Amino acid sequence: MTTEERVLTGAHFIVGDHAFAEGALAAGCDFFAGYPITPSTEIAERLSRRLPAVGAIFIQMEDELGSMAALVGASLAGARAMTATSGPGFSLMQENIGLAVMMEAPCVVVNIQRGGPSTGLPTLVGQADMMQAKWGSHGDYEIVAYCPSSPQEAFDYVIKAFNTADRWRIPVFVMGDELIGHMTERLVIPPAEQIPRVERKRPRHKPGDDSFLPFLAEDEDLVPPIVHAGEGYRVNYDSLTHDEKGYPATLAEPHDRLVRRLVNKIRLHADQIMEYEEVLLDDAQVVVIAYGSTARSARRAVLTAREEGIRAGLLRLITVWPFPEDKVRKLSEQAVAFIVPEVNLGQMSRETERFTSLPVIGVNHAGGVMMAPDPILDAIREVVR
Amino acid sequence: MPEVAVRSHPIDTVFRTDRLPHIFCPGCGIGPALHAYGLAVLESGIPKDQHACVSGIGCTARVPGYMDLDSYHTTHGRGIPFATAIAVVKPEMMVTVFSGDGDLFGIGGNHFIHAARRNANLNVICINNFNYGMTGGQVGPTTPLGARATTAPYGNTERPFNLPYLAAATGAVFVARWTALHVRQLKAAILRAMQKKGFTFIEVLSPCPVGFGHPNDIGEGLEEVWLYRERCIVDHSANLAELEIDLRRKDTPFVMGNFVDIERAPFDPLAAIRNKGE
Repeated sequence: MTTEERVLTGAHFIVGDHAFAEGALAAGCDFFAGYPITPSTEIAERLSRRLPAVGAIFIQMEDELGSMAALVGASLAGARAMTATSGPGFSLMQENIGLAVMMEAPCVVVNIQRGGPSTGLPTLVGQADMMQAKWGSHGDYEIVAYCPSSPQEAFDYVIKAFNTADRWRIPVFVMGDELIGHMTERLVIPPAEQIPRVERKRPRHKPGDDSFLPFLAEDEDLVPPIVHAGEGYRVNYDSLTHDEKGYPATLAEPHDRLVRRLVNKIRLHADQIMEYEEVLLDDAQVVVIAYGSTARSARRAVLTAREEGIRAGLLRLITVWPFPEDKVRKLSEQAVAFIVPEVNLGQMSRETERFTSLPVIGVNHAGGVMMAPDPILDAIREVVR
Repeated sequence: MPEVAVRSHPIDTVFRTDRLPHIFCPGCGIGPALHAYGLAVLESGIPKDQHACVSGIGCTARVPGYMDLDSYHTTHGRGIPFATAIAVVKPEMMVTVFSGDGDLFGIGGNHFIHAARRNANLNVICINNFNYGMTGGQVGPTTPLGARATTAPYGNTERPFNLPYLAAATGAVFVARWTALHVRQLKAAILRAMQKKGFTFIEVLSPCPVGFGHPNDIGEGLEEVWLYRERCIVDHSANLAELEIDLRRKDTPFVMGNFVDIERAPFDPLAAIRNKGE
C-alpha cells in the first residue's frame, strides 16, 4: 500500500513545520494523533497526506486531551507515536504527558510555541513554554526537551527525539517556535540507511514466565524493558503508583521507589542526553545563553561584539532540559556575566541563576516579534563598558 | 473445618487471582458485571492474549487491573482515546473499555461521542451507578432528577443523560442496557458486542449502596437490585427517547434490552488511501 517514499533523501527548500513532519517520517513514525492549532497546523496537514501514503496512521482527534491519550496507547501498542501542537494544546496535553511518564511510554510532542498566556498570540512567536515543558504536569518527573534553531535542526531533532524517547522510555519534547516553524530554509535529508535508529529495550523473558517483573529495572540505566499490547505478556499498565509487577501500590515506600527511578533514569544520565553548541566560548568573558530562533540573533550579536573587540561567546542550548548546569558552573570561572535573551519575561535566565554567582542579565520581550540582535549586542556592550 | 468443595472456578483463568481481595464494597454491582465480562472473554473463542481491557479512573476503572489480559488503567475520562489508538495500531485485538458513568460521560463525554461517531472498533461497557462512587457519592451526569448526593444535598436538579439514546444517536452499532442482576443477558450482550466491528455500548445499571443507595433511602445493594427487578421490563424495540431513568416516578419501568444492532463501516484511518489504491 506504500505509495510514497518515507525518507525524501536530497536537498529541499522547505518550511520549518514541514521539516518537523519529514523528520517524523524519516524517524519511522507509525502514528500521529493531533488537533489543529496555529502555528503548528502545517505539521498535521503534511503528515495527514504523507503518513497514510507510507502505510502509517494519522488521526485528527477531538481535542489535545484525546490526542495525548492516544499517543500513550499507540506507544504501548508498539508504535512510534508523535503529536504536534502549540501552547493552548500543550496545556491540555499535560495530563497525559504525566501518564506517559508514569507508564513509561515513549512518545514525541512537538510544540511550536506562540505568545501566551491563554489564546495569546496565535500567529506570532513566543518562547514562554520552557518552564511548562519542565514542570507542566503534576508530580515529580524528568523529561527531555530539544530546541531546534532551524528547519534542518527541526528535522534532525525530531529523529533524535524519537530515539531518546525509546532509549529512556519517556515523552520527549521538541520545543520549536513560530519563527522556526514558519521560516523556509535549506534542508538536506540523508539516505534512509543513514538515519540513526535506537530500538526499545525488550524483555529477555518469554511471555508466560511468572518471574518476569515488567517494571523492574535491572540495568544501570534504570530503564525496564518494554512490552507491547498483544504480545502475550498481559501486563497491567497503571497510572496509579505501581510496583515492579505493575500492580497498584499506593503507599509511601513503593511510591518513593518508583518516582525516584523515573527521575533518576534521566538525572543520573543527563550527560549522555545533554547537547549544546559552543560558539567562541574558549576565552569568552561575556557568555550569551540562547536557544531556538533567538539563538540565531544571539549568534549575530556575539559575532558583531567580537568585531568590536569584545570577548563574547554563545552557549546555544539544544537540550534546554536537561540544562547544562556543569557547563554554566565552569563558564562562571572565566566569565564576568551571562546574558540570556529569550522571547519571554525570564525563564531560562532563572535556571541559569541557579548555577552561577555571576550577574545574569535577561534580554526579554513577551512575544510577537523575533528577538533582534541589537538588544543582545547592547547588553553585551553594557557588561564590558 | 468445613470441607472445601471447589478450589478454583473456571473463570479464575481470566482473572489475576493474586490481586484478590478486590476493592469493591459489599453490595456493589461491578462484581457481577466483571464476572459477565470474564465469562464473555472465555466464551468468545478469542485468545486471552488478543484481548485488551482499558479504563479511565473510578471504582469501575479498577476492573482491568483484575483481568489477566493486557490491561490499562489510564487517566480520568481518557480510556476511550487511549483504547482507540490500541485498536488502530493492533487491529487484530479485541479492545474493551470498561469504566464508569462519571468517567465515560462526565469528564470523558467528548471522547465517547467522537469514538461513536467515527465508529472506533471498541466495546464500551459502562457501569452506571448514578454517582461518583470512588470519591464518595457525588452527583454525576447520570444522577436521576431529585436524587441526593454529597454535592447535591437538596436533590439533583440537572436532567441526566439517557445513555442508550446518546450512544445510538452518536453512531454506536450495538447498544444494550442490562442490570447487574441480568448476568446471563449481560454476558450474551457482551459476546454479541465482541462479534461486531465498530463501536458498541452496553450500559449496566449497578447498585452502589454506599454512594447512592444509602443517601437515597434505597438501602443496601440487595434492595437496590430488588428495585431494578421490580421495575424493569425487557423491550428490545423500545423507543430510545423514553429510556430516561426517574426514580420518583414509580409508574415508569426501567427498560432493558439489546436496542441497536446495525452495520456501519468501522473506523479505519487508512480506508481512504486503501480504496484509492484499488
